[in-house]
Amino acid sequence: MTTTSWWRRAADLTATVVALVTVFPIYWMLLSALKPAGEIQSLSQKPWTLAPTLDNFRRVLGAEGFARYLANSLLVALVVVVLSGLVAFLAAVALSRFHFRFRSTILVMVLVAQMVPIEALTIPLFFLVRDVGTVVPQVGLNTLGSLVLVHLAFTLPFAVWMLRGFVAAIPEELEEAAMLDGASRSTVLWRILFPLVAPGLAATSVFSFIVAWNDFLFARTFIISATDNQTLPMALLVFFKPDENDWGGIMAASVLMTVPVLVFFTLVQKRLVSGLGGAVKE
Amino acid sequence: MSTAPTALAEPRSRARPATADRRTRLRWGRRTPLWLLLPAAAVMLPLFAYPIYQLGLLSVLDFRQAQVSGGEPTRFVGADNYLTLLRDGKFWSVLLATVGFAAACVAATLAVGAALAILLTRVSRWPGRVLSFAAMAAWAAPAITGSTVWMFLFDANLGLVNQVLGLDGYNWTYHRYSTFALVGAAVVWHSFPFVMVTLYAGIRAIPGQVLEAAALDGASHWRSFRQIVVPMIRPLLVIVTIQSIIWDFKVFTQIYVMTSGGGIAGQNLTLNVYAYQQAFAASEYGLGSAIGVVMMLILLLVTLLYLRALRRGGEPL
Repeated sequence: MTTTSWWRRAADLTATVVALVTVFPIYWMLLSALKPAGEIQSLSQKPWTLAPTLDNFRRVLGAEGFARYLANSLLVALVVVVLSGLVAFLAAVALSRFHFRFRSTILVMVLVAQMVPIEALTIPLFFLVRDVGTVVPQVGLNTLGSLVLVHLAFTLPFAVWMLRGFVAAIPEELEEAAMLDGASRSTVLWRILFPLVAPGLAATSVFSFIVAWNDFLFARTFIISATDNQTLPMALLVFFKPDENDWGGIMAASVLMTVPVLVFFTLVQKRLVSGLGGAVKE
Repeated sequence: MSTAPTALAEPRSRARPATADRRTRLRWGRRTPLWLLLPAAAVMLPLFAYPIYQLGLLSVLDFRQAQVSGGEPTRFVGADNYLTLLRDGKFWSVLLATVGFAAACVAATLAVGAALAILLTRVSRWPGRVLSFAAMAAWAAPAITGSTVWMFLFDANLGLVNQVLGLDGYNWTYHRYSTFALVGAAVVWHSFPFVMVTLYAGIRAIPGQVLEAAALDGASHWRSFRQIVVPMIRPLLVIVTIQSIIWDFKVFTQIYVMTSGGGIAGQNLTLNVYAYQQAFAASEYGLGSAIGVVMMLILLLVTLLYLRALRRGGEPL
Protein backbone atom coordinates (compact mmCIF):
# COMPACT_ATOMS: atom_id res chain seq x y z
CA MET A 1 0.00 0.00 0.00
CA THR A 2 1.38 3.39 -0.89
CA THR A 3 1.74 6.04 1.78
CA THR A 4 -0.83 8.30 0.11
CA SER A 5 -3.62 5.77 0.20
CA TRP A 6 -2.67 4.88 3.77
CA TRP A 7 -3.05 8.52 4.75
CA ARG A 8 -6.33 8.78 2.91
CA ARG A 9 -7.69 5.77 4.75
CA ALA A 10 -6.61 7.15 8.12
CA ALA A 11 -8.29 10.45 7.27
CA ASP A 12 -11.50 8.67 6.20
CA LEU A 13 -11.55 6.67 9.40
CA THR A 14 -10.98 9.77 11.57
CA ALA A 15 -13.73 11.68 9.75
CA THR A 16 -16.17 8.83 10.23
CA VAL A 17 -15.40 8.49 13.94
CA VAL A 18 -15.71 12.25 14.49
CA ALA A 19 -19.01 12.23 12.60
CA LEU A 20 -20.35 9.45 14.81
CA VAL A 21 -19.31 11.24 18.00
CA THR A 22 -20.83 14.51 16.74
CA VAL A 23 -24.16 13.01 15.81
CA PHE A 24 -24.29 10.80 18.88
CA PRO A 25 -26.12 13.25 21.20
CA ILE A 26 -28.88 13.58 18.60
CA TYR A 27 -29.04 9.83 18.16
CA TRP A 28 -29.25 9.47 21.93
CA MET A 29 -32.07 12.00 22.09
CA LEU A 30 -34.07 10.10 19.49
CA LEU A 31 -33.28 6.71 20.99
CA SER A 32 -34.18 7.73 24.53
CA ALA A 33 -37.43 9.23 23.29
CA LEU A 34 -38.35 5.81 21.88
CA LYS A 35 -37.24 3.75 24.88
CA PRO A 36 -39.80 2.28 27.25
CA ALA A 37 -39.78 3.73 30.76
CA GLY A 38 -37.97 0.73 32.22
CA GLU A 39 -34.96 1.16 29.96
CA ILE A 40 -34.73 4.89 30.62
CA GLN A 41 -34.60 4.31 34.37
CA SER A 42 -32.03 1.58 33.92
CA LEU A 43 -28.65 1.82 35.59
CA SER A 44 -27.10 0.19 32.56
CA GLN A 45 -28.23 2.14 29.52
CA LYS A 46 -27.92 0.37 26.20
CA PRO A 47 -27.19 2.18 22.96
CA TRP A 48 -30.14 0.48 21.29
CA THR A 49 -33.64 -0.62 22.18
CA LEU A 50 -35.47 -3.79 21.25
CA ALA A 51 -38.85 -2.49 22.35
CA PRO A 52 -39.30 0.95 20.75
CA THR A 53 -42.47 2.67 21.88
CA LEU A 54 -44.24 5.94 21.28
CA ASP A 55 -45.31 6.16 24.93
CA ASN A 56 -43.07 9.14 25.63
CA PHE A 57 -44.46 11.05 22.68
CA ARG A 58 -48.00 10.17 23.71
CA ARG A 59 -47.35 11.41 27.23
CA VAL A 60 -45.76 14.63 25.98
CA LEU A 61 -48.43 15.43 23.41
CA GLY A 62 -51.12 14.50 25.89
CA ALA A 63 -49.60 16.68 28.59
CA GLU A 64 -51.65 19.70 29.36
CA GLY A 65 -51.20 22.35 26.72
CA PHE A 66 -48.23 20.83 24.94
CA ALA A 67 -49.96 20.70 21.54
CA ARG A 68 -50.98 24.26 22.10
CA TYR A 69 -47.40 25.33 22.89
CA LEU A 70 -46.27 23.62 19.72
CA ALA A 71 -48.86 25.55 17.71
CA ASN A 72 -47.82 28.80 19.45
CA SER A 73 -44.16 28.25 18.61
CA LEU A 74 -45.04 27.49 15.01
CA LEU A 75 -47.31 30.54 14.70
CA VAL A 76 -44.74 32.94 16.15
CA ALA A 77 -41.94 31.56 13.99
CA LEU A 78 -43.94 31.64 10.75
CA VAL A 79 -45.23 35.17 11.27
CA VAL A 80 -41.69 36.31 12.03
CA VAL A 81 -40.38 34.60 8.89
CA VAL A 82 -42.92 36.32 6.62
CA LEU A 83 -42.65 39.80 8.15
CA SER A 84 -38.89 39.72 8.49
CA GLY A 85 -38.47 38.52 4.90
CA LEU A 86 -40.64 41.30 3.48
CA VAL A 87 -39.16 44.13 5.53
CA ALA A 88 -35.60 42.91 5.01
CA PHE A 89 -36.14 42.58 1.27
CA LEU A 90 -37.16 46.22 0.95
CA ALA A 91 -34.25 47.42 3.07
CA ALA A 92 -31.83 45.20 1.15
CA VAL A 93 -32.93 46.72 -2.16
CA ALA A 94 -32.36 50.20 -0.75
CA LEU A 95 -28.91 49.31 0.55
CA SER A 96 -27.64 47.48 -2.52
CA ARG A 97 -29.25 49.39 -5.40
CA PHE A 98 -28.95 52.97 -4.26
CA HIS A 99 -26.13 55.24 -3.28
CA PHE A 100 -27.27 57.83 -0.82
CA ARG A 101 -25.91 59.69 2.15
CA PHE A 102 -25.49 57.65 5.35
CA ARG A 103 -25.58 54.42 3.36
CA SER A 104 -22.29 53.23 4.85
CA THR A 105 -23.36 54.40 8.28
CA ILE A 106 -26.53 52.32 8.05
CA LEU A 107 -24.54 49.31 6.88
CA VAL A 108 -22.16 49.59 9.82
CA MET A 109 -25.15 49.90 12.15
CA VAL A 110 -26.71 46.78 10.64
CA LEU A 111 -23.49 44.94 11.38
CA VAL A 112 -23.09 46.34 14.89
CA ALA A 113 -26.70 45.46 15.68
CA GLN A 114 -25.84 41.80 15.24
CA MET A 115 -23.28 42.02 18.04
CA VAL A 116 -25.55 43.63 20.61
CA PRO A 117 -26.06 41.34 23.60
CA ILE A 118 -29.78 40.83 23.20
CA GLU A 119 -29.99 39.27 26.65
CA ALA A 120 -29.03 42.58 28.24
CA LEU A 121 -31.83 44.29 26.35
CA THR A 122 -34.43 42.06 27.97
CA ILE A 123 -34.53 44.46 30.92
CA PRO A 124 -35.59 47.63 29.00
CA LEU A 125 -37.68 45.54 26.58
CA PHE A 126 -39.60 44.04 29.46
CA PHE A 127 -40.67 47.50 30.62
CA LEU A 128 -41.32 48.66 27.07
CA VAL A 129 -43.62 45.70 26.39
CA ARG A 130 -45.33 46.16 29.74
CA ASP A 131 -46.01 49.85 29.07
CA VAL A 132 -47.06 49.41 25.45
CA GLY A 133 -49.38 46.64 26.57
CA THR A 134 -51.49 49.10 28.54
CA VAL A 135 -52.26 50.90 25.26
CA VAL A 136 -52.17 48.05 22.73
CA PRO A 137 -53.02 44.87 24.65
CA GLN A 138 -52.18 42.64 21.65
CA VAL A 139 -48.45 43.18 22.09
CA GLY A 140 -48.26 43.52 25.86
CA LEU A 141 -46.82 41.05 28.37
CA ASN A 142 -48.14 37.49 28.12
CA THR A 143 -48.95 37.79 24.42
CA LEU A 144 -47.55 36.06 21.38
CA GLY A 145 -47.57 39.45 19.65
CA SER A 146 -44.80 40.69 21.94
CA LEU A 147 -42.65 37.70 20.97
CA VAL A 148 -43.26 38.33 17.26
CA LEU A 149 -42.19 41.96 17.61
CA VAL A 150 -38.91 41.32 19.43
CA HIS A 151 -37.94 38.45 17.15
CA LEU A 152 -38.71 40.61 14.15
CA ALA A 153 -36.33 43.23 15.49
CA PHE A 154 -33.59 40.73 16.25
CA THR A 155 -33.77 38.84 12.96
CA LEU A 156 -33.82 41.93 10.75
CA PRO A 157 -30.16 42.97 10.87
CA PHE A 158 -28.94 39.57 9.81
CA ALA A 159 -31.69 39.14 7.20
CA VAL A 160 -30.92 42.54 5.67
CA TRP A 161 -27.21 41.80 5.60
CA MET A 162 -27.69 38.46 3.92
CA LEU A 163 -30.34 39.55 1.40
CA ARG A 164 -28.25 42.52 0.36
CA GLY A 165 -25.78 40.09 -1.15
CA PHE A 166 -28.49 38.30 -3.11
CA VAL A 167 -29.99 41.53 -4.45
CA ALA A 168 -26.58 42.82 -5.51
CA ALA A 169 -26.00 39.63 -7.50
CA ILE A 170 -28.99 40.32 -9.77
CA PRO A 171 -27.88 42.11 -12.96
CA GLU A 172 -29.12 45.67 -12.96
CA GLU A 173 -29.77 45.51 -16.68
CA LEU A 174 -32.93 43.53 -15.95
CA GLU A 175 -34.55 46.41 -14.08
CA GLU A 176 -33.32 48.92 -16.62
CA ALA A 177 -34.85 46.95 -19.45
CA ALA A 178 -38.13 46.59 -17.59
CA MET A 179 -38.21 50.30 -16.78
CA LEU A 180 -37.51 51.24 -20.38
CA ASP A 181 -40.47 49.06 -21.30
CA GLY A 182 -42.55 51.21 -19.01
CA ALA A 183 -42.80 48.99 -15.92
CA SER A 184 -43.70 50.86 -12.75
CA ARG A 185 -41.54 50.87 -9.64
CA SER A 186 -43.71 48.46 -7.78
CA THR A 187 -43.76 46.11 -10.76
CA VAL A 188 -39.98 46.09 -10.85
CA LEU A 189 -39.81 45.56 -7.12
CA TRP A 190 -42.37 42.79 -6.72
CA ARG A 191 -42.47 41.16 -10.15
CA ILE A 192 -38.79 41.22 -11.06
CA LEU A 193 -36.54 41.60 -8.03
CA PHE A 194 -38.64 39.70 -5.53
CA PRO A 195 -38.86 36.41 -7.47
CA LEU A 196 -35.16 36.62 -8.28
CA VAL A 197 -34.09 36.83 -4.63
CA ALA A 198 -36.37 33.92 -3.71
CA PRO A 199 -33.41 31.59 -3.07
CA GLY A 200 -31.92 34.19 -0.77
CA LEU A 201 -35.24 34.60 0.98
CA ALA A 202 -35.40 30.87 1.53
CA ALA A 203 -32.01 30.84 3.23
CA THR A 204 -32.84 33.93 5.28
CA SER A 205 -36.18 32.45 6.30
CA VAL A 206 -34.50 29.47 7.84
CA PHE A 207 -32.38 31.67 10.04
CA SER A 208 -35.34 33.78 11.09
CA PHE A 209 -37.34 30.65 11.76
CA ILE A 210 -34.60 29.20 13.92
CA VAL A 211 -34.15 32.39 15.95
CA ALA A 212 -37.86 32.59 16.70
CA TRP A 213 -38.33 28.85 17.19
CA ASN A 214 -35.33 28.41 19.50
CA ASP A 215 -36.00 31.40 21.67
CA PHE A 216 -36.02 30.63 25.33
CA LEU A 217 -35.15 33.98 26.84
CA PHE A 218 -38.05 36.15 25.75
CA ALA A 219 -40.60 33.39 26.18
CA ARG A 220 -39.35 33.06 29.73
CA THR A 221 -39.35 36.81 30.38
CA PHE A 222 -42.51 38.04 28.67
CA ILE A 223 -44.95 35.17 29.16
CA ILE A 224 -45.32 35.26 32.90
CA SER A 225 -48.83 34.25 33.81
CA ALA A 226 -50.68 33.41 30.58
CA THR A 227 -49.86 29.72 30.33
CA ASP A 228 -51.97 29.54 27.18
CA ASN A 229 -49.38 31.61 25.39
CA GLN A 230 -46.30 29.62 26.37
CA THR A 231 -44.01 28.36 23.65
CA LEU A 232 -42.16 25.06 23.34
CA PRO A 233 -38.90 25.79 25.20
CA MET A 234 -40.79 26.56 28.38
CA ALA A 235 -43.03 23.53 27.95
CA LEU A 236 -39.91 21.40 27.77
CA LEU A 237 -38.79 22.55 31.20
CA VAL A 238 -42.04 21.27 32.71
CA PHE A 239 -40.64 17.75 32.54
CA PHE A 240 -37.74 18.66 34.81
CA LYS A 241 -38.76 17.81 38.32
CA PRO A 242 -36.87 18.50 41.52
CA ASP A 243 -36.99 14.88 42.71
CA GLU A 244 -36.65 12.96 39.48
CA ASN A 245 -36.47 14.26 35.93
CA ASP A 246 -38.78 12.61 33.43
CA TRP A 247 -35.99 11.98 30.91
CA GLY A 248 -38.20 10.05 28.52
CA GLY A 249 -40.59 12.99 28.33
CA ILE A 250 -37.76 15.54 28.09
CA MET A 251 -36.13 13.64 25.24
CA ALA A 252 -39.42 13.19 23.36
CA ALA A 253 -40.20 16.90 23.72
CA SER A 254 -36.65 17.72 22.61
CA VAL A 255 -37.09 15.57 19.51
CA LEU A 256 -40.35 17.35 18.68
CA MET A 257 -38.54 20.64 18.98
CA THR A 258 -35.40 19.63 17.08
CA VAL A 259 -36.93 17.89 14.08
CA PRO A 260 -38.53 20.92 12.37
CA VAL A 261 -35.27 22.83 12.59
CA LEU A 262 -33.24 19.89 11.28
CA VAL A 263 -35.59 19.54 8.32
CA PHE A 264 -35.39 23.23 7.50
CA PHE A 265 -31.65 23.24 7.87
CA THR A 266 -31.14 20.25 5.63
CA LEU A 267 -33.27 21.90 2.97
CA VAL A 268 -31.03 24.93 2.66
CA GLN A 269 -27.77 23.27 3.63
CA LYS A 270 -26.48 23.04 0.07
CA ARG A 271 -27.34 26.59 -0.76
CA LEU A 272 -25.78 27.79 2.44
CA VAL A 273 -22.48 26.02 1.87
CA SER A 274 -22.26 26.94 -1.81
CA GLY A 275 -23.18 30.51 -0.91
CA LEU A 276 -20.30 30.60 1.52
CA GLY A 277 -17.91 29.10 -0.99
CA GLY A 278 -19.04 31.45 -3.72
CA ALA A 279 -18.65 34.51 -1.57
CA VAL A 280 -15.19 33.49 -0.48
CA LYS A 281 -14.01 33.04 -4.03
CA GLU A 282 -14.71 36.59 -5.00
CA MET B 1 -25.91 30.25 15.35
CA SER B 2 -28.51 32.17 13.53
CA THR B 3 -26.18 35.00 12.69
CA ALA B 4 -23.77 32.62 11.08
CA PRO B 5 -22.14 33.65 7.86
CA THR B 6 -22.65 37.37 8.29
CA ALA B 7 -19.62 38.62 6.53
CA LEU B 8 -19.39 35.81 4.08
CA ALA B 9 -22.60 35.82 2.15
CA GLU B 10 -21.39 39.01 0.62
CA PRO B 11 -20.82 39.18 -3.10
CA ARG B 12 -18.71 41.75 -4.88
CA SER B 13 -19.90 45.29 -5.32
CA ARG B 14 -19.83 45.74 -9.02
CA ALA B 15 -18.52 48.80 -10.72
CA ARG B 16 -21.10 49.98 -13.20
CA PRO B 17 -21.30 52.68 -15.81
CA ALA B 18 -22.25 56.01 -14.27
CA THR B 19 -24.79 56.86 -16.95
CA ALA B 20 -26.82 53.70 -16.47
CA ASP B 21 -26.75 54.30 -12.74
CA ARG B 22 -28.16 57.78 -13.13
CA ARG B 23 -30.82 56.62 -15.56
CA THR B 24 -32.10 53.94 -13.23
CA ARG B 25 -32.02 56.24 -10.29
CA LEU B 26 -34.11 58.80 -12.13
CA ARG B 27 -36.69 56.17 -12.91
CA TRP B 28 -36.67 54.87 -9.37
CA GLY B 29 -37.06 58.37 -7.97
CA ARG B 30 -34.76 60.04 -5.47
CA ARG B 31 -36.84 59.32 -2.40
CA THR B 32 -37.19 55.62 -3.14
CA PRO B 33 -34.45 54.38 -0.77
CA LEU B 34 -36.14 56.27 2.03
CA TRP B 35 -39.46 54.53 1.42
CA LEU B 36 -37.76 51.18 1.17
CA LEU B 37 -35.96 51.67 4.47
CA LEU B 38 -39.02 52.99 6.28
CA PRO B 39 -40.51 49.63 7.42
CA ALA B 40 -37.15 48.46 8.75
CA ALA B 41 -36.67 51.75 10.58
CA ALA B 42 -40.18 51.50 12.02
CA VAL B 43 -39.19 48.20 13.63
CA MET B 44 -35.59 48.91 14.56
CA LEU B 45 -35.92 52.33 16.15
CA PRO B 46 -38.50 51.47 18.83
CA LEU B 47 -37.40 47.88 19.42
CA PHE B 48 -33.65 48.16 19.15
CA ALA B 49 -32.34 51.70 19.38
CA TYR B 50 -34.75 52.82 22.07
CA PRO B 51 -34.10 49.84 24.40
CA ILE B 52 -30.36 50.47 24.12
CA TYR B 53 -30.95 54.04 25.24
CA GLN B 54 -33.26 52.80 28.00
CA LEU B 55 -30.64 50.33 29.18
CA GLY B 56 -28.19 53.18 29.63
CA LEU B 57 -30.83 55.24 31.41
CA LEU B 58 -31.88 52.45 33.79
CA SER B 59 -28.26 51.86 34.72
CA VAL B 60 -28.04 55.30 36.35
CA LEU B 61 -31.35 55.00 38.21
CA ASP B 62 -32.31 53.48 41.50
CA PHE B 63 -34.83 51.09 40.04
CA ARG B 64 -36.09 48.12 42.05
CA GLN B 65 -39.29 46.39 43.01
CA ALA B 66 -40.45 49.42 44.99
CA GLN B 67 -40.24 51.60 41.89
CA VAL B 68 -41.65 48.99 39.52
CA SER B 69 -44.80 48.05 41.36
CA GLY B 70 -44.76 50.11 44.58
CA GLY B 71 -45.22 53.44 42.87
CA GLU B 72 -42.15 54.95 44.51
CA PRO B 73 -40.47 57.67 42.45
CA THR B 74 -37.38 56.63 40.50
CA ARG B 75 -34.27 58.41 41.62
CA PHE B 76 -31.24 59.41 39.60
CA VAL B 77 -28.22 57.92 41.33
CA GLY B 78 -25.48 58.71 38.82
CA ALA B 79 -22.68 56.19 38.86
CA ASP B 80 -23.85 54.49 42.05
CA ASN B 81 -24.81 51.22 40.35
CA TYR B 82 -21.44 51.08 38.64
CA LEU B 83 -19.61 51.83 41.90
CA THR B 84 -21.59 49.05 43.57
CA LEU B 85 -20.37 46.71 40.86
CA LEU B 86 -16.75 47.83 41.19
CA ARG B 87 -16.86 47.11 44.92
CA ASP B 88 -18.73 43.84 44.45
CA GLY B 89 -16.39 40.86 44.63
CA LYS B 90 -19.06 38.71 42.98
CA PHE B 91 -19.10 40.94 39.91
CA TRP B 92 -15.35 40.63 39.43
CA SER B 93 -15.41 36.89 39.84
CA VAL B 94 -18.29 36.60 37.36
CA LEU B 95 -16.45 38.86 34.90
CA LEU B 96 -13.33 36.75 35.23
CA ALA B 97 -15.33 33.53 34.82
CA THR B 98 -17.05 34.93 31.71
CA VAL B 99 -13.77 35.88 30.08
CA GLY B 100 -12.16 32.56 30.99
CA PHE B 101 -15.15 30.52 29.88
CA ALA B 102 -15.45 32.40 26.58
CA ALA B 103 -11.70 32.11 25.93
CA ALA B 104 -11.70 28.36 26.54
CA CYS B 105 -14.77 27.86 24.33
CA VAL B 106 -13.32 29.98 21.53
CA ALA B 107 -9.97 28.17 21.65
CA ALA B 108 -11.63 24.75 21.60
CA THR B 109 -14.12 25.72 18.88
CA LEU B 110 -11.39 27.07 16.62
CA ALA B 111 -9.05 24.15 17.21
CA VAL B 112 -11.74 21.54 16.51
CA GLY B 113 -13.28 23.49 13.61
CA ALA B 114 -9.97 24.20 11.88
CA ALA B 115 -8.65 20.66 12.33
CA LEU B 116 -11.83 19.21 10.85
CA ALA B 117 -11.83 21.71 7.97
CA ILE B 118 -8.35 20.50 7.02
CA LEU B 119 -9.42 16.89 7.51
CA LEU B 120 -12.37 17.49 5.15
CA THR B 121 -10.00 18.48 2.35
CA ARG B 122 -8.18 15.15 2.72
CA VAL B 123 -11.03 12.63 2.91
CA SER B 124 -12.92 10.65 0.29
CA ARG B 125 -16.40 11.60 -0.84
CA TRP B 126 -18.57 9.62 1.57
CA PRO B 127 -16.74 10.15 4.85
CA GLY B 128 -16.69 13.85 3.98
CA ARG B 129 -20.43 13.89 3.42
CA VAL B 130 -21.13 11.99 6.61
CA LEU B 131 -19.01 14.41 8.62
CA SER B 132 -20.67 17.45 7.01
CA PHE B 133 -24.09 16.03 7.76
CA ALA B 134 -23.23 15.28 11.40
CA ALA B 135 -21.85 18.79 11.84
CA MET B 136 -24.97 20.32 10.29
CA ALA B 137 -27.14 18.34 12.70
CA ALA B 138 -25.19 19.63 15.70
CA TRP B 139 -25.31 23.15 14.31
CA ALA B 140 -29.05 23.05 13.70
CA ALA B 141 -30.08 21.56 17.05
CA PRO B 142 -31.68 24.30 19.20
CA ALA B 143 -29.50 25.40 22.11
CA ILE B 144 -32.12 24.27 24.58
CA THR B 145 -32.54 20.73 23.25
CA GLY B 146 -28.75 20.46 22.91
CA SER B 147 -28.59 21.37 26.59
CA THR B 148 -31.18 18.81 27.65
CA VAL B 149 -29.52 15.90 25.85
CA TRP B 150 -26.05 16.77 27.20
CA MET B 151 -27.56 16.94 30.67
CA PHE B 152 -29.09 13.50 30.20
CA LEU B 153 -25.84 12.04 28.88
CA PHE B 154 -24.04 13.37 31.97
CA ASP B 155 -26.80 12.63 34.47
CA ALA B 156 -25.42 11.37 37.80
CA ASN B 157 -27.14 7.96 37.75
CA LEU B 158 -28.98 7.50 34.47
CA GLY B 159 -26.39 9.19 32.26
CA LEU B 160 -24.56 7.05 29.75
CA VAL B 161 -21.21 8.73 30.41
CA ASN B 162 -21.13 7.93 34.11
CA GLN B 163 -22.28 4.36 33.48
CA VAL B 164 -19.56 3.78 30.90
CA LEU B 165 -16.87 5.43 33.02
CA GLY B 166 -18.11 3.69 36.17
CA LEU B 167 -18.64 7.00 37.97
CA ASP B 168 -21.93 5.99 39.53
CA GLY B 169 -23.64 8.88 41.20
CA TYR B 170 -20.93 11.42 40.38
CA ASN B 171 -22.66 14.75 39.84
CA TRP B 172 -20.93 16.85 37.20
CA THR B 173 -22.77 20.00 38.21
CA TYR B 174 -21.59 20.08 41.83
CA HIS B 175 -18.15 21.44 41.12
CA ARG B 176 -17.57 24.74 39.46
CA TYR B 177 -15.03 23.66 36.88
CA SER B 178 -16.62 20.36 35.89
CA THR B 179 -19.87 22.26 35.34
CA PHE B 180 -18.17 24.85 33.17
CA ALA B 181 -16.45 22.03 31.27
CA LEU B 182 -19.76 20.28 30.64
CA VAL B 183 -21.51 23.46 29.50
CA GLY B 184 -18.46 24.34 27.41
CA ALA B 185 -18.57 20.95 25.69
CA ALA B 186 -22.21 21.52 24.74
CA VAL B 187 -21.34 25.01 23.48
CA VAL B 188 -18.39 23.81 21.39
CA TRP B 189 -20.45 20.93 19.99
CA HIS B 190 -22.98 23.50 18.84
CA SER B 191 -20.55 26.05 17.42
CA PHE B 192 -17.62 24.22 15.81
CA PRO B 193 -19.60 23.42 12.61
CA PHE B 194 -19.73 27.10 11.66
CA VAL B 195 -15.95 27.36 11.91
CA MET B 196 -15.47 24.08 10.06
CA VAL B 197 -17.80 24.93 7.17
CA THR B 198 -16.44 28.45 6.75
CA LEU B 199 -12.77 27.51 6.81
CA TYR B 200 -13.39 24.52 4.55
CA ALA B 201 -15.08 26.80 2.01
CA GLY B 202 -12.09 29.13 2.30
CA ILE B 203 -9.55 26.39 1.69
CA ARG B 204 -11.53 25.01 -1.22
CA ALA B 205 -11.64 28.45 -2.80
CA ILE B 206 -7.85 28.56 -3.15
CA PRO B 207 -7.14 28.05 -6.86
CA GLY B 208 -5.77 24.57 -7.50
CA GLN B 209 -3.08 25.92 -9.82
CA VAL B 210 -1.40 27.76 -6.99
CA LEU B 211 -0.94 24.58 -4.98
CA GLU B 212 0.04 22.59 -8.07
CA ALA B 213 2.65 25.16 -8.99
CA ALA B 214 4.04 24.99 -5.47
CA ALA B 215 4.15 21.19 -5.65
CA LEU B 216 5.96 21.36 -9.02
CA ASP B 217 8.50 23.68 -7.46
CA GLY B 218 9.12 20.97 -4.90
CA ALA B 219 7.23 22.42 -1.92
CA SER B 220 6.18 19.81 0.64
CA HIS B 221 2.56 19.48 1.79
CA TRP B 222 3.40 21.09 5.08
CA ARG B 223 5.27 23.95 3.45
CA SER B 224 2.53 24.79 0.96
CA PHE B 225 0.03 24.56 3.79
CA ARG B 226 1.95 27.00 5.96
CA GLN B 227 3.03 29.40 3.26
CA ILE B 228 0.04 29.34 0.93
CA VAL B 229 -3.10 28.05 2.63
CA VAL B 230 -2.74 29.76 5.99
CA PRO B 231 -1.98 33.24 4.60
CA MET B 232 -4.82 32.93 2.08
CA ILE B 233 -7.45 32.07 4.67
CA ARG B 234 -6.13 34.45 7.32
CA PRO B 235 -8.93 37.03 6.79
CA LEU B 236 -11.50 34.27 7.27
CA LEU B 237 -9.70 33.03 10.35
CA VAL B 238 -9.89 36.49 11.89
CA ILE B 239 -13.60 36.70 11.10
CA VAL B 240 -14.53 33.32 12.59
CA THR B 241 -12.40 34.04 15.65
CA ILE B 242 -14.16 37.31 16.38
CA GLN B 243 -17.59 35.84 15.64
CA SER B 244 -16.82 33.03 18.08
CA ILE B 245 -15.67 35.48 20.74
CA ILE B 246 -18.93 37.40 20.38
CA TRP B 247 -21.11 34.30 20.59
CA ASP B 248 -19.28 32.58 23.41
CA PHE B 249 -19.19 35.74 25.46
CA LYS B 250 -22.99 35.88 25.21
CA VAL B 251 -23.86 32.23 25.91
CA PHE B 252 -27.12 32.29 27.81
CA THR B 253 -29.41 29.33 27.21
CA GLN B 254 -26.87 26.58 27.90
CA ILE B 255 -25.73 28.14 31.17
CA TYR B 256 -29.24 29.01 32.27
CA VAL B 257 -30.69 25.59 31.53
CA MET B 258 -27.81 23.26 32.34
CA THR B 259 -26.87 24.94 35.63
CA SER B 260 -30.45 25.91 36.60
CA GLY B 261 -29.79 29.61 36.35
CA GLY B 262 -26.14 29.92 37.34
CA GLY B 263 -25.14 26.88 39.32
CA ILE B 264 -24.90 26.19 43.02
CA ALA B 265 -24.62 29.51 44.87
CA GLY B 266 -24.13 31.19 41.49
CA GLN B 267 -20.75 29.55 40.93
CA ASN B 268 -21.41 29.20 37.21
CA LEU B 269 -22.79 32.65 36.49
CA THR B 270 -21.59 34.54 33.44
CA LEU B 271 -22.20 38.27 32.91
CA ASN B 272 -25.23 37.68 30.75
CA VAL B 273 -26.99 35.41 33.22
CA TYR B 274 -25.84 37.55 36.15
CA ALA B 275 -27.42 40.66 34.62
CA TYR B 276 -30.62 38.74 33.99
CA GLN B 277 -30.74 37.32 37.52
CA GLN B 278 -29.99 40.67 39.15
CA ALA B 279 -32.86 42.22 37.23
CA PHE B 280 -35.53 39.54 37.16
CA ALA B 281 -34.72 37.36 40.16
CA ALA B 282 -33.41 39.99 42.60
CA SER B 283 -35.48 42.88 41.17
CA GLU B 284 -32.35 45.04 41.01
CA TYR B 285 -33.22 46.40 37.58
CA GLY B 286 -30.80 49.33 37.77
CA LEU B 287 -27.89 47.14 38.77
CA GLY B 288 -28.74 44.53 36.14
CA SER B 289 -28.80 47.25 33.50
CA ALA B 290 -25.37 48.46 34.61
CA ILE B 291 -24.00 44.94 34.08
CA GLY B 292 -25.69 44.95 30.66
CA VAL B 293 -23.95 48.21 29.79
CA VAL B 294 -20.57 46.79 30.80
CA MET B 295 -21.20 43.80 28.53
CA MET B 296 -22.30 46.02 25.72
CA LEU B 297 -19.10 48.06 25.97
CA ILE B 298 -16.89 44.97 25.94
CA LEU B 299 -18.70 43.60 22.90
CA LEU B 300 -18.56 46.98 21.18
CA LEU B 301 -14.79 46.87 21.50
CA VAL B 302 -14.69 43.40 19.95
CA THR B 303 -17.05 44.59 17.20
CA LEU B 304 -14.73 47.46 16.33
CA LEU B 305 -11.91 44.97 15.92
CA TYR B 306 -14.26 42.90 13.75
CA LEU B 307 -15.06 45.85 11.50
CA ARG B 308 -11.38 46.59 11.11
CA ALA B 309 -10.74 42.97 10.18
CA LEU B 310 -13.54 43.10 7.62
CA ARG B 311 -12.11 46.23 6.03
CA ARG B 312 -8.68 44.63 5.85
CA GLY B 313 -10.25 41.57 4.28
CA GLY B 314 -11.45 43.85 1.50
CA GLU B 315 -15.10 43.85 2.51
CA PRO B 316 -16.86 46.68 0.67
CA LEU B 317 -18.96 48.69 3.07
